[in-house]
Amino acid sequence: MNDTILKSITRIIVPFIQVYGVFIILHGHLSPGGGFSGGALIGTSLILFTLVFGVKKAKVKFSERVAEISGSAGIIIYVLVGIVGLVLAGSFLTNIEAGFPAGVAGTLMSAGMIPIIMIGIGIKVASTMITLFHTLVEEEVR
Amino acid sequence: MDIINAILIIILVICAIAVERTKDLVSAIIIFSAYSLFMSVVWLLLKSPDVALTEAAIGAGVTSILFFAVISKTERFEK
Repeated sequence: MNDTILKSITRIIVPFIQVYGVFIILHGHLSPGGGFSGGALIGTSLILFTLVFGVKKAKVKFSERVAEISGSAGIIIYVLVGIVGLVLAGSFLTNIEAGFPAGVAGTLMSAGMIPIIMIGIGIKVASTMITLFHTLVEEEVR
Repeated sequence: MDIINAILIIILVICAIAVERTKDLVSAIIIFSAYSLFMSVVWLLLKSPDVALTEAAIGAGVTSILFFAVISKTERFEK
């Protein structure tokens, strides 16, 4: 698409969408939302970028290699934190009993490992969304 | 509040029937995303803002974009 208004508005609005997604991910244990919703928002901002600027420029910003690494890293964070709970307290994803700091309820640094696995889920969902869209768009018509 | 709930659910049923009966697939996708938006309002009234947020982002945004991408590969009208 070759529209100046569209490109300018997209350049302005994409960082705001991404900051909102990061906010929802980091406040997953305090307010509605969490890893899945915030990751979907970040993925949607990258889809908007792809729609306006084309697949080639979006591949420069978020290549397949980065998508592979970040998607795997997200799920590895989740599994490793779960295994820490398994080793220290005897069941998968054990939170406070396994020694994660509880913090003061209602503040950002609280709830033990929940923010860590929320970050992992957010990275995974965002990279999956953008990989789905890129694969679907650039597949050739037979 | 019950009246608002009833109106929203009637709109949902109408949207669902319209999606099934429309021959133009682009119009069907637009009606489907409207369905998702009304569904997210219903989730909000059912005191589940978490699901409402996800429904508005996934149902109305990503799903319709993926459907549009598929339709651009195939045909617009149902035979």
